[in-house]
Amino acid sequence: MTRLLDVENLTLQFDTDEGRITAVDNVSFSLEAGEVMGLVGESGSGKSVTAKSVMKLNPSNAIYSDNTNITLHLDSGPVDIMSLKTSTDLQVVRGGAISMIFQEPMASFAPAISIGSQMVEQLQIHTDMNAKRAQEVSIEMLDRVGISDASSRFKQFAFELSGGMRQRAMIAMALSTKPKLLIADEPTTALDVTIQAQVIDLMKDLVDDFGMGIVFITHDLGVIAQTADKVAVMYLGRLVEQGTVRDVIRNPAHPYTKGLIAALPQLDDLDTPLTPIPGDIPSPLERPSGCVFNTRCSANLGERCSSAIPEFLKVTDDHQVACHLYDEGASK
Amino acid sequence: MSDDVLIEARDLSVHYPLRGGGLFGPKPVVRAVESVNLDIGKGNFFGLVGESGSGKTTLGKALLRAAPITRGSVQYDDGDAQYALTNLMGKDLKDYRKRAQLIFQDPYAALSPRMTVRDIIAEPLEVMGLTSSREETDERVREIAAKCRLNLEHLRRFPHAFSGGQRQRISIARALVSKPQFVVADESVAALDVSIQADVLNLLQEIQQEMGLTFLFISHDLSVVAHICDHVAVMYLGRLVETAPTRELFSAPKHPYTKALLSAIPSLDPDDRGKAQKLEGEIPSPTNQPSGCKFHTRCPYVTDLCRKEEPILQHSSDGHEVACHRWEELMD
Ligand SMILES: Nc1ncnc2c1ncn2[C@@H]1O[C@H](COP(=O)(O)OP(=O)(O)OP(=O)(O)O)[C@@H](O)[C@H]1O
Ligand SMILES: Nc1ncnc2c1ncn2[C@@H]1O[C@H](COP(=O)(O)OP(=O)(O)O)[C@@H](O)[C@H]1O
Ligand code: SF4
Ligand code: SF4
Ligand SMILES: [Mg+2]
Ligand SMILES: [Mg+2]
Repeated sequence: MTRLLDVENLTLQFDTDEGRITAVDNVSFSLEAGEVMGLVGESGSGKSVTAKSVMKLNPSNAIYSDNTNITLHLDSGPVDIMSLKTSTDLQVVRGGAISMIFQEPMASFAPAISIGSQMVEQLQIHTDMNAKRAQEVSIEMLDRVGISDASSRFKQFAFELSGGMRQRAMIAMALSTKPKLLIADEPTTALDVTIQAQVIDLMKDLVDDFGMGIVFITHDLGVIAQTADKVAVMYLGRLVEQGTVRDVIRNPAHPYTKGLIAALPQLDDLDTPLTPIPGDIPSPLERPSGCVFNTRCSANLGERCSSAIPEFLKVTDDHQVACHLYDEGASK
Repeated sequence: MSDDVLIEARDLSVHYPLRGGGLFGPKPVVRAVESVNLDIGKGNFFGLVGESGSGKTTLGKALLRAAPITRGSVQYDDGDAQYALTNLMGKDLKDYRKRAQLIFQDPYAALSPRMTVRDIIAEPLEVMGLTSSREETDERVREIAAKCRLNLEHLRRFPHAFSGGQRQRISIARALVSKPQFVVADESVAALDVSIQADVLNLLQEIQQEMGLTFLFISHDLSVVAHICDHVAVMYLGRLVETAPTRELFSAPKHPYTKALLSAIPSLDPDDRGKAQKLEGEIPSPTNQPSGCKFHTRCPYVTDLCRKEEPILQHSSDGHEVACHRWEELMD
């Protein structure tokens, strides 16, 4: 396997009117080429902010810690993302080596420019294609993502397409530059299950064809089970569990992951009542000390959980959990 | 109309005129709901599913007399009061609105930011003139707030201070404060966190049983519907294509569209990948509908008959209805 991305100690705060909030707290993970990592967690847990950090795409009130280190491994050598300052530097990664699919497809297309012109422009910035070739490639790509009659769709505006088609067009644009890394932020959340299934298939084909790595953000564990090789679970800015998709979904170790699964309505079990996780996710202004999940955890061990931050421990070789229940000598 | 039926729709159609239509010839219309026959039993938790644009919200609104009824009839009979909705006007319409309510389930759109929670919940009582004093209003508000597990302390606050789950409980309290018999819950935002969703679903179910309400629950999410509803109707391009008791629909679906919808739900088992029966394409435009069976453009079992003749909803077994020419053949 070839390492594609290393994120080490990512810590990110925002200066806001109400004070400084910690959106991401000491997050580390890595991704191999051709690998799909699912990032799950409730809204507000920091998934989008983490994803945007990989492209240094957060707004100017974002403050990264000094020890935050993000390395993208390209054929030409490693790129230290945090050291990129000018927009010319950043263009190497944004829309070039890394593409992002956003939660809201309308946001990624300018409303008054046709889809085709936007695709061509992006290709001309990031490759040495001429306009004619860029147009051919764009139409090919639209066709590839299953948009029928691609050459006439090419001339249309985003608002003229249905939700499913817009999402496909966005994927086509994101993939036309043949990125090494694709960051997909809730790419299917707004879609019907039928269209979602089509988009998931498409993304899997594209991993096979292009060998890119994907960070797939969603709060839908079913989607993760169907797409990801490995999973990281995030809560209030911290990773609490990570491992292969089978390990984490079949044998969840962290009380939060277990809670997410128990809250899920499952079709093959209509009799067990749905069990919500008690309470609400705290505001990032009032992050609990110790384990960030301690205010909602039914397994809370008391003093230890409210004072000490749990470290990542091995459950198996490719499955880790950050919870005091698994500390050596802890009574379970 | 039988005694145990609360709402009976016959040949119900809702057509919206299309702006900018031709000057000559027939005006183009959006046929959002077409020839729907539907019985909702007293005390049912009735689910309505289908892809975006299939007409679920429009049908729900027509049953509340909040969308224009172009053709057909809707009867309401709760034992105390009877209404024929098609020509309902003036005082009768006002009276009907006390008995039939809509819950907006988009927790971020529905609540006015400048009103306190108490005023938001009290507003329907005041608008409908259901209470005669401030004390009585407060009493009703406190009663329903407690039922919806809202902290009474919270009544003085503004809604922006609340989480998604709490906002939903506020919307529910507001819809139920007038003590309606029939409630349409339109879950227009599918992207709720699973934990909040589980909490709200449990609350709805409790309240429904406690207050003996009849619910029409509109959702994209079949797993949710499977857990909470006792009957389900599946909609496609303005038509009902299948209705059945929930367990029957999920264990023995008969319409090819229902089968496709069910198989598109992402399984939580990572080893189930690729098993889904993929539905190609998208739902056709309701202004330019296909001939014959509206599903024929996507149906893997289409025949010439399907292209020519529209199947009608017919009884297939106890309480189970299906609109497909070939359902019997396709059983095995
Ligand atoms: N006021 C209106 N004027 C014109 N067309 C309308 C109007 N309301 C709805 N429609 C159209 O009627 C059809 C059915 O819409 P409806 O909102 O009922 O669908 P839905 O099943 O609720 O979809 P979703 O799952 O996206 O909420 C759509 O094609 C829609 O564009
Ligand atoms: N530009 C910003 N300024 C201040 N706070 C922000 C900003 N962007 C995100 N946040 C906060 O960071 C936290 C994580 O947000 P986000 O990454 O969007 O969560 P998720 O994608 O998991 O739903 C939230 O508390 C959010 O309010
Ligand atoms: S560390 Fe303690 S509070 Fe946190 S998840 Fe584990 S048991 Fe619960
Ligand atoms: S009537 Fe024909 S096209 Fe329609 S669902 Fe049945 S088999 Fe398919
Ligand atoms: Mg997000
Ligand atoms: Mg709707």
